[in-house]
Amino acid sequence: MSGDLQFDSQGRLHHFLTTEGLDRDTILQILDTAESFVSVGEREIKKVPLLRGKTVVNLFFESSTRTRTTFEIAAKRLSADVINVDTRVSSTTKGETLLDTIRNLEAMHTDLFVVRHSRSGAAYLVAQHVPSHVRIINAGDGSHAHPTQGMLDMFTIRRYKGSFENLKVAIVGDILHSRVARSQIHALTTLGVPEVRVIAPKTLLPTAVERLGVHSYTDMRAGLDDIDVVIMLRLQRERMESARIPSEQEYFNLYGLTTDKLRLAKKDAIVMHPGPMNRGLEIDSSVADGPQSVILPQVTNGIAVRMAVMAIIMGGKAQEEMPAKRPARRHA
Amino acid sequence: MGLVIRGGHIIDPANKVDGKHDIFVDDKGFVAAVGNAPPGLEVTQTLDATGKIVCPGLVDLRARLREPGLEYKATIESEVRAAVAAGITTLCCPPDTDPVIDTPAMAQMIQQRAWRFGLAFIHPLGALTRGLAGERLTDMEALDDAGCVGLSNALKPVTDTLVMRRALEYAASFDLTVFLQSEDPWLHGSGCVHEGEVGTRLGLPGIPEAAETVGVARDLALIEQTGVRAHFCQLSSARAVAMVTEAQGRRLPVTADVTAHHLHLTEHDIGFFNTQCHVLPPLRSVRDREALREALKSGALAAICSDHQPHEPDAKLAPFGDSAPGISGLETLFPLTLKLVDDNVLSLNDAIACVTCKPANILGIDSGHLSVGATADVCVFDPQEWWALSEDKLVSRGHNTPFLGWELRGRVTHTLVGGQMVFELDQKAEN
Repeated sequence: MSGDLQFDSQGRLHHFLTTEGLDRDTILQILDTAESFVSVGEREIKKVPLLRGKTVVNLFFESSTRTRTTFEIAAKRLSADVINVDTRVSSTTKGETLLDTIRNLEAMHTDLFVVRHSRSGAAYLVAQHVPSHVRIINAGDGSHAHPTQGMLDMFTIRRYKGSFENLKVAIVGDILHSRVARSQIHALTTLGVPEVRVIAPKTLLPTAVERLGVHSYTDMRAGLDDIDVVIMLRLQRERMESARIPSEQEYFNLYGLTTDKLRLAKKDAIVMHPGPMNRGLEIDSSVADGPQSVILPQVTNGIAVRMAVMAIIMGGKAQEEMPAKRPARRHA
Repeated sequence: MGLVIRGGHIIDPANKVDGKHDIFVDDKGFVAAVGNAPPGLEVTQTLDATGKIVCPGLVDLRARLREPGLEYKATIESEVRAAVAAGITTLCCPPDTDPVIDTPAMAQMIQQRAWRFGLAFIHPLGALTRGLAGERLTDMEALDDAGCVGLSNALKPVTDTLVMRRALEYAASFDLTVFLQSEDPWLHGSGCVHEGEVGTRLGLPGIPEAAETVGVARDLALIEQTGVRAHFCQLSSARAVAMVTEAQGRRLPVTADVTAHHLHLTEHDIGFFNTQCHVLPPLRSVRDREALREALKSGALAAICSDHQPHEPDAKLAPFGDSAPGISGLETLFPLTLKLVDDNVLSLNDAIACVTCKPANILGIDSGHLSVGATADVCVFDPQEWWALSEDKLVSRGHNTPFLGWELRGRVTHTLVGGQMVFELDQKAEN
């Protein structure tokens, strides 16, 4: 078993399970392809026929509004048939295992599964056990990875900052439990971002976080110094019960992003959040709704990025029919 | 009606025998002589061991046979067959069966089941507390009489330190050995991998090294207070090993073992969620593995065990944290022990001692050696044969092992229990 599970024997992206181990060219290919799809959403008829006749199943073992909806819109804009399966209220509550659920849905000739599950490694398990013509996109597995979120964040950063080579990026909050943070860190380091910082109390930082190639800070004010991109993470309220943080007030005082703290970053720094936000806990409304916030554009970009990932992993034929890439479009 | 194993190289660490000798077994299944034929023994059967090594049958300190309670995973019969196919002639099984081995009747039942098959010997450990619940003591002396070689609460921690103290005191009153899987249950929490680099990368909840060191520290303090003879099972971290080594230096009556897989694998073998590497205690860092190997060399760790835990295939077909921990380890115990010789960790003599006389001493049983008059439990193996572990070669019902596909050197060809040939490798089927 290896991480190369997401590549086929020719080195093409076959599943999309993690940003770890992706090469820079593959990431840029996804971002460029996403750029070409942005215009689709701005047209009167928001559809391209790339996945016509294909069946996409959104299999969510964990609740989600934003991610599931944007995957659904992305698949529909590619002309696929989309089915949403919310398994919290279906077969798994009857004792059916994850793999049984997949096998049953696969028997209905599904081409692509978009899988979200509360356990780290669930998407890998599924990818190992589906036949080779079935593709898997990981829409979040436990605390491990949420690679399309990671990609849409890279897309958003590139749109606002142009390139990655001179950036300082800070990720603030519950790094320990965050699949988003892990996917961002792998993508940022692969894209050549020279400085990635994580900011949190030690109770919310993984023991060996610096082995991922980041610098860790417990002091948010020091960590935000000279930063270009601030990424805030959602804090689950149950972290109080597990004795990881003392109170909401203390957390907000120390790690909540306020206009005051944001002043320590670069003047043109952007603020991101994968959502859903806890206003007044990890982020102040004046920042979330302020001029530096790019939180809503992140959501919009999510559609184009997810279209790009689907189109790329569904294979070469789809790619040939893709709309022209960004430079060509500019001349048009 | 005697048997001779002729032409083999005998390695019997307990008796410091290391050379080419014939070994004679009498008609009652005892070793009659090593070297020259004893007078009056009529040899009717000859086993040609030319080019092979003849050593005592292996003693495995910890193997779960799944019976009673989990027969869908394995049975005593299926697992003793696997044991003898791997040269193991004596097994010690922990008390966490269902029902728990906390009564003499249960202890006797398991031994009788094993005798019926006449393959390997089984020595049960009795429960330290009733139902392993950590509240009331078991009838330890009665369990001892019923054949239990020691007492253990298996993987269930005795969280109440006072109960633990009383249990150790009571065991010490009757000179019984207590087998400890020391761990702090709160620090273990929901963890399923070593709290380190791989857990960080994969987003899996970690079990910190401190879960083990805090548990060992508490138990060492109680051992010192009570004077009980104790054995630490499957230490996994460098610091815990250092603590036990230090205690041994102070002449505390403590021994410790390590599993074969902790000597060869690290957290990095988990790769991307390989559930076959989901074990408890978890595979730790490279530094920890090196410390375990050093401690084996120095003798601080006395024995290598399989910690055999056969599972049905579905048990591993789940997201990592939901998969059942454990490796089906009987059949890799000996080859992985021999691999330590190739890796320059142990001499062949010392490696064999770690799976024969040393674990037998820990259990306090007369086994693991080839003295004249001893029960003729013998393992004959070809030290040069390279073979690849594959599912079809596994005898155990459990095929859950991360070692499938490994090229291993040293292959058991014959196993004798009580002078009876209970296993012979089918060389033709192999080719």
